[in-house]
Amino acid sequence: MAKREYAFYPGCSSQLRGSAANYLVSVESMCEKLDVKMTQIPDWNCCGASISYAGSSELARHVLSARNFALSDKHLPGQDIVATCAACWLGGRETIEKLDASSQLLADTNEALKEAGLEYKPGTEIRHMVEVLVEDLGYEELGKPVVKPLEGVKVAGYVGCQTNRPFGIAGESFENPMYLDKLIDTVGGESIAKYEEKVTCCGGSLAFCEPEKAEKQIKTIVESAYDHGADVICTPCPLCQANVEVYQSEINRKQGTKLNMPVVYYSQLLSVAYGGTLKEAGLDGHIIQPKKLQEIAVKVVPTKR
Amino acid sequence: MGDLNQQMLDKYSNNFLREVEEKVDDGDWVKMCMQCGVCAGSCTFGPDWEHTPQKIFMMIRAGKREAVLNSHSMWLCTSCYNCMVRCPRKLPITHIMHGLASYAHRLGLAPKDQPTRDFSLIFWENSTKTGRVNELRMTISVYFREGFVSGIKKMWTLRNIGRGLFFAKRLNPMELFVSHGCKDKDGLRRALKKADEIEARRRGYAVQPRGYSS
Repeated sequence: MAKREYAFYPGCSSQLRGSAANYLVSVESMCEKLDVKMTQIPDWNCCGASISYAGSSELARHVLSARNFALSDKHLPGQDIVATCAACWLGGRETIEKLDASSQLLADTNEALKEAGLEYKPGTEIRHMVEVLVEDLGYEELGKPVVKPLEGVKVAGYVGCQTNRPFGIAGESFENPMYLDKLIDTVGGESIAKYEEKVTCCGGSLAFCEPEKAEKQIKTIVESAYDHGADVICTPCPLCQANVEVYQSEINRKQGTKLNMPVVYYSQLLSVAYGGTLKEAGLDGHIIQPKKLQEIAVKVVPTKR
Repeated sequence: MGDLNQQMLDKYSNNFLREVEEKVDDGDWVKMCMQCGVCAGSCTFGPDWEHTPQKIFMMIRAGKREAVLNSHSMWLCTSCYNCMVRCPRKLPITHIMHGLASYAHRLGLAPKDQPTRDFSLIFWENSTKTGRVNELRMTISVYFREGFVSGIKKMWTLRNIGRGLFFAKRLNPMELFVSHGCKDKDGLRRALKKADEIEARRRGYAVQPRGYSS
């Protein structure tokens, strides 16, 4: 019997064949070990992300989030919604905040949703997976299932933007949030307290349309990790992960650098530490191989202490 | 589109601030800016902005309508929200920048070939077609937006990334043929169409043709 149950909103990039497919895999194996049951919201839709503002209206974007909320309420009543993607979570939080503040926007949203036979009732909570980990379970509990501490792995905790601003994780500062470092330490890794680029923007979706500008950001983020002797960068955001890993080869090609820094999700660290295999931890889903983590993942699980 | 611009010019004549307050998402916050410049100094692509948010706010008050709406600046917003959390007056700067960009596009005044605008439109069309993003089709649309030859060149340049993602099982050519999507995509598209109608009613626009009807 699962201890905790949540309505799960995985988001587009985490789907099978998507750019963050290995994120979903690692979240599933992590949650299994933590006795957390995540049920996908049936028929969920894209949140519109932060980039759709030219093509859409504010109301249309609220309708997107509200449809997911309404579906969750209908099929999984009483469960908090958990998003793993920073943009999905942020978009949802914004919709809740705006609709709570304006009865007209709420009425307009529901007038539109009626076309899909749905109604959004205020009172929904959407939370980031990280919030579930640090708030509902807590670091102590997260340390319990560790069977393979990530000894000797130096991890640059790269929080990025949208899991951090404008809402962030309660009790954390915007300029120097600590939860990711604490997660790293909890599973036996070595966090880097002085990693300067912790909350620097990777360029977000503009990596697509303004690649040169984003590459400048990515280079800074990766080089700082090298400066601190990191073995791997770790992030809670699928877009940060993709951008920072994928464009390193482009920076190398254009600038003659030799960047080759692996970038993983917090969920992969936890999954490996909990005894997850390469596959379960999604470590077979990288262009730049996180070798140290892979070595730990293939080690035979020692008997539980 | 052009007609809407003329309509707004007639309606607001010399009062661009009032136009922004009434027509732009979160535009009613603009007058709260005290010109401290923290947003300008906090902006990710700040050095690339012709006009930083601080300047844009002043230009709005100074009635520099065309210079603001024709600007590439707002389109360089990465949605990092740094300006927003640091603003001492708590202006939702990120949303105002998106709102201004969106309004400029609606009036037909956004710069031609603005890459972020084009990407934004592609993203919206892609994600609302089935209710979920198809990353492969979206990427192809973005790379080929300036034509076939330039698209092929971009794909060739980025071939190693594509190959890497393919072997990492994070990109699959099958996505060209089978797409993830909502079962009730028709309901979703009806709701979005209705949202457009409501938006037009509230703001006094004509409904934009989008092809949601399926």
